[in-house]
Amino acid sequence: MLFLLIRRGLRQHLVSTAVAVLLVALGMGLVISVWVVRSEAEQSFTRSASGFDAVLGARGSKLQLVLNGLFHQEASPGNITAEDFQQVKALPMVDRAIPIVVGDNFRGVRLVGVSDDFFQNLEYAPDHVYTVEPGGRPFQVGQKEAVVGSLAAHQLGWAIGTTFHPFHGLDYNPEAQHSEIFTVVGVLAPTNTPADRVIWVPLEGVQRLGGHDPAAFTDLSAVLIRFKPGAMAAGLMLDTRYNRQGKRLTLAWPVASILGDLFAKFAWFEQALRALAYLVAVVAGASVFSSVYSSMSARKRDLAILRALGAHRGFLIAAVLGESAGIGLLGCALGFGLYAAIASTVQEILRTQIGVLFEPWAWNPVMVWGPVLMLGLSLLAGAIPAWRAYRLSVADGLSPLS
Amino acid sequence: MSDEATTMDPTPALTIRDLVKSFTGPSGQRTDVLRIPFFQLEAGQQRAIRGESGLGKTTLMHIIAGILEPDSGFVAVGGTEVTGLSEARRDRLRAERIGYVFQTFNLLQGLSALENVMLGLAFGKGADAGSAMAALERVGLADRAQHLPRQLSTGQQQRVAVARALANRPCLILADEPTGNLDAARGRKIIQLLRDSATALGSALLVASHDPEVLSAFDQVIDLAELNQVEPREEEV
Repeated sequence: MLFLLIRRGLRQHLVSTAVAVLLVALGMGLVISVWVVRSEAEQSFTRSASGFDAVLGARGSKLQLVLNGLFHQEASPGNITAEDFQQVKALPMVDRAIPIVVGDNFRGVRLVGVSDDFFQNLEYAPDHVYTVEPGGRPFQVGQKEAVVGSLAAHQLGWAIGTTFHPFHGLDYNPEAQHSEIFTVVGVLAPTNTPADRVIWVPLEGVQRLGGHDPAAFTDLSAVLIRFKPGAMAAGLMLDTRYNRQGKRLTLAWPVASILGDLFAKFAWFEQALRALAYLVAVVAGASVFSSVYSSMSARKRDLAILRALGAHRGFLIAAVLGESAGIGLLGCALGFGLYAAIASTVQEILRTQIGVLFEPWAWNPVMVWGPVLMLGLSLLAGAIPAWRAYRLSVADGLSPLS
Repeated sequence: MSDEATTMDPTPALTIRDLVKSFTGPSGQRTDVLRIPFFQLEAGQQRAIRGESGLGKTTLMHIIAGILEPDSGFVAVGGTEVTGLSEARRDRLRAERIGYVFQTFNLLQGLSALENVMLGLAFGKGADAGSAMAALERVGLADRAQHLPRQLSTGQQQRVAVARALANRPCLILADEPTGNLDAARGRKIIQLLRDSATALGSALLVASHDPEVLSAFDQVIDLAELNQVEPREEEV
């Protein structure tokens, strides 16, 4: 009977109930979105470091090196020599060193020159190595061949056998087309990393394109480094060598910390969003209060009738708080739907624009405390109407005394 | 034994002794509303109380039902002293042993006829659709069970209210101006329904009214003005 009364009570004041539910949903959706998107995006970026511990490049910003070398964003701060690569590769603490060269694109999709080591048992995540999808093969060194990332292949509509003329520069300029023709010989199996959204070609494929400076044919944009177990000691040693003692090169290490700095730059925006989310949550609470309070006032007589029929005061409290909780629960359910829509949009943007995999339903404490917060606010909002119901005079609520 | 069959209980359905009730007015003065030395209703008895508006009929009904507390005195329903009970136990007593019919029907507008009758059981024996339906059948409204109050005529609404009061098979039915919102013909039908139902269930029936037509339906009518010993003046407290 209690649930029937709660259900009918909510239905009787459908408009105010609906507005309160929508506001709770908005508050809930915003709270979860702000918290999850922030933490999950940072983790997604860190996961997408493609299995590398550090990036060695020309003297400049560490963040720029990481964004350029691992996320294929921004421009390279400069070039390093093949000798620099050979030196770092020869270091005993270095497990893998992969040189890359950037500077060309195909209609905005970046070409990345890389050594063929890339396809030789290189892990981008534990137990996951870069492989070419069945039917294709890695490019051959010295040939104008390409392996296209899965997302890039999808965007460009490319398949094995597709040929293309690259364009000079990192940004697409129709006037800057190279005369060389490359042939796609394989599609990279999806990795959910930024590797999916670029076109991989041999190092010299980029280095020796027409128009490039012959004096810089062996120069590299960066070296992606994975240390042997005990990365902390190796990182510290190379950090001292390149960043403190040297003046020509920069070692971007540790990658997670550098990405953390990137997110720290947006902390103010995150704080503003959090404040907005809290504000909406409070407005939602006020709306629940308004809805339940007006519902309770309009049904004062109903509550008095219930008491006259033998309902004890606790039943009335339960009925009023039940309405608040009902609004809170409906709002939370709808809020998760709203979050799913927001997360799906963020997921698609991150996947297509940066190539990182955003996992919206990965465990995050806000998934629990968010609904608890909104439900708590709803119950709190119902407390005053419930108290009024508790204090209701049955005789006053019924017909006037004769 | 028939479901409707009854046996007379020697315990009175209602006993009132030395009942006093007063209210504090806006100026702070206390005004006596009720001062009843003794009144008793035997099990299964049917009585009407005559009284004009303002004489305290509803106050008396509320005190008997445990909705209002008297200043002093003794009220017992079916042998249980109402005045000595905690509020929670008075609620329980009301739910289990008293059926209350109001002048304004007091049906919950958001609930169907059947659900309104189920409310009469909810706080006592527990909501039971079967018993509620049987109560609706008793008042001839089984075919209107799913109708909302606004979809029923005023007479039908009051019959639903009667069914709700009877649903828990109370030992005492209180009806406060039960025909106040009905025309004469419907009023007569409701009073007959109340009397027949009370007889069938073996419940005592106490009807408060100022309507001569209602009062004429009862063999024994008590004049509240005679029963009530209130001085015709206000007293300073």
